[in-house]
Amino acid sequence: MKTKFEDIMVKSEKEWESMQCGEKPVILVGTATCGRSAGSLETLEALRSEADKSGIDCTIIEVGCIGLCYAEPLVTIAKPGNPAVCYGGIDAEKAKELVEKYIIGNDPVPEYALGTIGQGKIADIEKIQDTSVFKPQIRRVLKKCGSIDPANVEHYIANGGYSGLKRALEMTSEEIIDNIKISGLRGRGGAGFPTWRKWQFCHDAEGDQKYLICNADEGDPGAFMNRSLLEGDPHALLEGMVIAGRAIGADTGYIYCRAEYPLALERLDLAIKQAKDLGFLGDNIMETGFTFHIKVKEGAGAFVCGEETALIASIEGERGMPRPRPPFPAVSGLWGKPTIINNVETLASVALVMQQGAQWFSQVGSEASKGTKTFALVGKVKRTGLVEVPMGITLREMIYDIGGGILNDREFKAVQTGGPSGGCIPAEKLDTPVDYDSLNAAGTIMGSGGMVVMDADNCMVDVARYFLEFTQKESCGECVPCRLGTKQMLDILNDITQGRGKPDDIDLLEEIGYAVKRTSLCGLGQTAPNPVLSTLRYFRNEYEAHINKKECPSLVCRDLISYKIDTDKCTGCRLCFKACPADAIIGEKKEPHIVDQEKCIKCGMCFEKCPPKFNAVVCIPGQLKDGE
Amino acid sequence: MTNSVADIGEASCILAIGTNTTQAHPVLALNVKRAAAKGAKLIVANPKEIVLCEHADIFLQHKPGTDVALLMGMMKVIVDENLQNDSFINERTENFEEFKESLKKFTLDYVEEITGVPGENAAEAARMYAAAGTASILYAMGITQHTHGTDNVLAIANLAMLTGNIGKPGTGVNPLRGQNNVQGACDMGGLPNVYPGYQRVDNPDAKAKFEKAWGVKLDDKIGLTHTVVFDKALEGEIKALYMVGENPVLSEADAGHTRKAMEKMDFIVVQDIFLTESAKFADVVLPGASFAEKDGTVTNTERRVQRTYKAIEPVGDAKPDWWITSQLAKRMGGKGFDYNSPEDIFEELSSLTPSYGGISYERIKEQGLQWPCPDSGHPGTPILHSEKFPSASGKGKFVPLEYRESDELPDDEYPLILTTDRSLFHYHTSTMTRKVEGLNRLNSEELLNINPADAEKYGISDGDMVQAVSRRGEVNVKAKVTDICPPGVVSMTFHFAESPTNELTNAAIDPVAKIPETKVCAIKVQKVG
Amino acid sequence: MEKVKLTIDGLEISADKDKTILQAALENDIYIPHLCYHPDLEKVAVCRVCMVDVAGRGLTISCRAPVEEGLVVKTDSEELKKVRKVPVQLLFANHKTDCITCGKNDDCELQRIAKYLGLEADELNRLRFAEMDDPIDDSNPFFDRDPNKCVYCGICIRTCSELQNINAIDFSNRGYSTRVSTFGGGPIVESRCESCGECVVRCPVGALLPKTTEQPAREVKSVCTYCGVGCGILLGVRGHKIVSVRGDGENIVNRGSLCVKGRYGFGFINSPERLTKPLIRKNGELVEAEWDEALDFAAEKLKSCKSDEVAVFASAKCTNEDNYVIQKFSRAVLGTNSVDHCARL
Repeated sequence: MKTKFEDIMVKSEKEWESMQCGEKPVILVGTATCGRSAGSLETLEALRSEADKSGIDCTIIEVGCIGLCYAEPLVTIAKPGNPAVCYGGIDAEKAKELVEKYIIGNDPVPEYALGTIGQGKIADIEKIQDTSVFKPQIRRVLKKCGSIDPANVEHYIANGGYSGLKRALEMTSEEIIDNIKISGLRGRGGAGFPTWRKWQFCHDAEGDQKYLICNADEGDPGAFMNRSLLEGDPHALLEGMVIAGRAIGADTGYIYCRAEYPLALERLDLAIKQAKDLGFLGDNIMETGFTFHIKVKEGAGAFVCGEETALIASIEGERGMPRPRPPFPAVSGLWGKPTIINNVETLASVALVMQQGAQWFSQVGSEASKGTKTFALVGKVKRTGLVEVPMGITLREMIYDIGGGILNDREFKAVQTGGPSGGCIPAEKLDTPVDYDSLNAAGTIMGSGGMVVMDADNCMVDVARYFLEFTQKESCGECVPCRLGTKQMLDILNDITQGRGKPDDIDLLEEIGYAVKRTSLCGLGQTAPNPVLSTLRYFRNEYEAHINKKECPSLVCRDLISYKIDTDKCTGCRLCFKACPADAIIGEKKEPHIVDQEKCIKCGMCFEKCPPKFNAVVCIPGQLKDGE
Repeated sequence: MTNSVADIGEASCILAIGTNTTQAHPVLALNVKRAAAKGAKLIVANPKEIVLCEHADIFLQHKPGTDVALLMGMMKVIVDENLQNDSFINERTENFEEFKESLKKFTLDYVEEITGVPGENAAEAARMYAAAGTASILYAMGITQHTHGTDNVLAIANLAMLTGNIGKPGTGVNPLRGQNNVQGACDMGGLPNVYPGYQRVDNPDAKAKFEKAWGVKLDDKIGLTHTVVFDKALEGEIKALYMVGENPVLSEADAGHTRKAMEKMDFIVVQDIFLTESAKFADVVLPGASFAEKDGTVTNTERRVQRTYKAIEPVGDAKPDWWITSQLAKRMGGKGFDYNSPEDIFEELSSLTPSYGGISYERIKEQGLQWPCPDSGHPGTPILHSEKFPSASGKGKFVPLEYRESDELPDDEYPLILTTDRSLFHYHTSTMTRKVEGLNRLNSEELLNINPADAEKYGISDGDMVQAVSRRGEVNVKAKVTDICPPGVVSMTFHFAESPTNELTNAAIDPVAKIPETKVCAIKVQKVG
Repeated sequence: MEKVKLTIDGLEISADKDKTILQAALENDIYIPHLCYHPDLEKVAVCRVCMVDVAGRGLTISCRAPVEEGLVVKTDSEELKKVRKVPVQLLFANHKTDCITCGKNDDCELQRIAKYLGLEADELNRLRFAEMDDPIDDSNPFFDRDPNKCVYCGICIRTCSELQNINAIDFSNRGYSTRVSTFGGGPIVESRCESCGECVVRCPVGALLPKTTEQPAREVKSVCTYCGVGCGILLGVRGHKIVSVRGDGENIVNRGSLCVKGRYGFGFINSPERLTKPLIRKNGELVEAEWDEALDFAAEKLKSCKSDEVAVFASAKCTNEDNYVIQKFSRAVLGTNSVDHCARL
């Protein structure tokens, strides 16, 4: 006799097949938040109206993000009998062109194509897996993002979805935890604590009521891994949560998601409803008697609420302030009950472990860091985007292969991982493998997946200052070292970048940084000094230049640079003179001009206006005095 | 209180009825709030949505003067649902069957009609109270200041007995006494029917005991109560008054009546620390020492006798009250008033007051003792009635009750019920607190709280001066439009001589306790000017 | 309570099993610096200065760490010196240090910690000092709130919520902008604050101070004269005046708690409006008289009344002794049982 789940699976597969191998062309439009900000809704509208107008019968589906941020809006077209073609940079005009040329006509327009997906070949278009962006990647967690309709649960099921839950429900809690242990999965939220061990604590803790919380409060500046996953494949999270609930003995789960993610919240709400309707969530899941409910709690976007105990306080309706440990949440968490908090990617990985098996999961990755990890690769790389790589890949591969190297082929300076809690890694450490322990040894952390690439134009003192400004603002203000320590360090960094640095300041930063790390109450404060301490470790010379020579070698800190006019090159065209808002340019027409350093406000207008054929205005490190 | 202040924390359910605890007994209210925060159930029954409601599980907003109906309705639910404590009823009480009979009428519909409280809420409160292993009832003047105040108190006692919530920790019938030594003043025989220790003046044994101790012949006729004294003064029967530390011109119901009575009297001696509104009627004013200027003892609401110590010399020529009264007594030929110190007096009173018999200055030097404390080895009594009740049979007697309306109900001419209340920042007639500048800043004037619906009906805006008029008098007062009062009910304190609320109140009294009905009278309000 | 033995700085001490390291140390007169700890309140561990070194564990926040049998605790070490000083230095760099004119001078926990740690001017001068110019909230008639002296220990907030259940104040804003604020940030007098002053009593620094900080020369036990709860108080005496009132922590009724009237309502005692001389009505006016004249006059007039023509009001504001004498006077001298008091009002 077939079970209900098997019926659902068969039906889902049929639906998926009919779309994949049907008679109609299928058009996928990436309308996740990233696509929308690049105009994909206009693209979508154009495709629809154009298809309508020309009377073409085709299926147009909104999908999540495949991670090629640099190439948004993204459109994928699959014509029967052909591999799908993925196109980048498709605005409304280009969309019309694609309909005309490829849907109606037979020209696959290779100049817009990024690559083909699936079996078969199309002339002049590379297979997308063979492109340098995708080649080093192994997409597991993100596999379905961009290829399935996130609003259609059958797409998820047809691609193996909820089979992991089915399997888990046939196991005991201990067996599930054992599977996770074998898989080697470590928390994807930052610290990399073994997931099974955390679960074991909670499983063993006494209490009738236990809770599972999914931390979807992605707060690192520039990070968007969780958002993409929630928007592109929400059921992956739900499946992982039910499995985790089963493992730890919880009957209620919360998804703590920031209110700034409206689309993710919308997709989650729909997915929860669908899962309930199918009996994958709620009472008596898959007729096993297991009950698990999921509630979505919207956060107000405080960075500190990513900290487990502050998050718990926020769910309880309290001010989002961390609580001292012990007790640990696994023993006394939400409303004093044993509670597990896992990150979105961790829980999605749990679903994969149960779907594909622990062995499969641990096939990739390094010795102590198994599986893959998603990253938001941003900053000064040619190809920014959401990537998923096997643990152990080097930073160099990520930046130069996936990212395509440094923008404008400038010199690489540093890569920052772990967001405000992480650190900067210099060029000489580019071959560091991306795994929890190697990154720790290099003075940073894995974090949730932010990866910011910096070139010679980035001032490392300013970078540290930027992160300190962030943590200082986002500190909850509860404990003394974090509230006052981050502010003191920020004040010192402001002084340094504005020319008031004192020789003693480097020692002072290190002393305060050390104490803040050792004495702060929660993870935010304990890691807040990392950007400063790591840049002090690798880029001390930049600090020294700022303090001792009053120079910003990267020409970023306004107070520590000067503009001057090369009198040999200046023809007295007066363009700079007219542009200067501070009347700081002196000189007669057709005579070489000079910059009055007293008046100069370092706005750089003269530098921009000086025609390239003269290149007479130069920006140099240091504070020039009049007459120099 | 049958139980102690600290004992409130032991209760798993607290019923606070007719008490605005956070305002009138703020420190005791801490125990209530803390208990509620720790998980004890709190039921607040009050015509006004008082601050304590914020901490309550159930709020029963019954109409002023309908406490008997509410409590009887709750008790009917308990009996109907068989939630009563049968063993307690059998072993410790009597007259249950007659009482049960009197409950019949109090169906939830009937109760709802009288009290305005949805029947289901009253029922839920009844279940909550009955289900708690330990439940304490707190009440204050909201229960007693009615023409049927005695019935109200009996209803509370019935409820406690019905569920066995008396005589053990975390339970009790706990009146919250208003003045810092109102308990002691009663204990000391400052009442017309009893000598110290509640020994009745019409009991020949008691009379003989005091005649022997004091060396004089005593009268066995029960004297006049406070309220009756003024009636009799107007009738010309009472001609002279010796009044210590009271301000009836502001505190007495129907103050106009009081004023007239005081004007009529031939001779009034007032002994006080300030020239109060009432002292202005005096023929002789004697300056008393304040509490900080004399030694002595006071007895709090939980019957704890505590020592107070003299901190400074009396101001000016002021003297301790015991000294002044003794001087008067001696000058009138009284014997036995040659006291050298309050301790002398205490030794005498404790020898004549059985419940104070074991208390001495030495024993209460550091920490007070709760009476009854009959002998010097007795540790005091934190909880009353733990084994038997002070009745002839030793049993608690259920008293069948009827709902009786308040004496004066609203009508077309006087459509609103006025109920009196207290402010956190002032005390009684404010003879003391009005002398404290900061307290005056925190609460500077009388306010008439009125529901927005009523305010709209009478064209009153927040902050308007209004005239409140009853059959007895009129008072100008500032209106505060607030929904803490339900429609049809307004409230005022009586802390301000400028807006003397008791000019309005009704002096009709409870036939047993002789307490005036200051919690319910009919008034009308109109905007001034 | 079960006891455990532990060692602090080599000294073996015994403590109740439910105590924390900090409590055990303080009970044994071993000082560990602390700011946010208060025995009446939840332990929140936010000041981070009560760190100790526990063998096998390293740096440990002592206010929350329970005592355990055999624990070996050091209250000072090189590492502790290094990290513990920083939060305290930072507090000083963000504190209005007008110590000599501050009402909390010599009774300030921050001063005490600074002295204990031995803060040095050279070290402090390296820091960036904040401008301490937040407005003072002087709206309450009995106490002032000076945010420039606040150390954000949260003791006032916890007092208001945990002990008083009033919740008039809480933290507002975040990070360095964190303030202790009323709902909506208005002056305290316009908030739901009940002016009980419990927070003022517990503030470890000068951020919450009574308006008058005159110190009494001695204190005398008494019982509050207002409502019937009977809170124990300590009257602060200076010369012939009552200058302060404190809750008596030893008193079983209130255990130190007081309300606004009990704590701040003592001004009437030395009010210039107090009656200081007997008065006799002469020609319709009350005029001052000597005791003998007033007493003799009153005695004579009362004597002329028949027993059933006179009534006596005793007082719920007077002592038991006063009331006993009054009713005795009524019954034994005036011959009437018509003695009553305002028990019913």
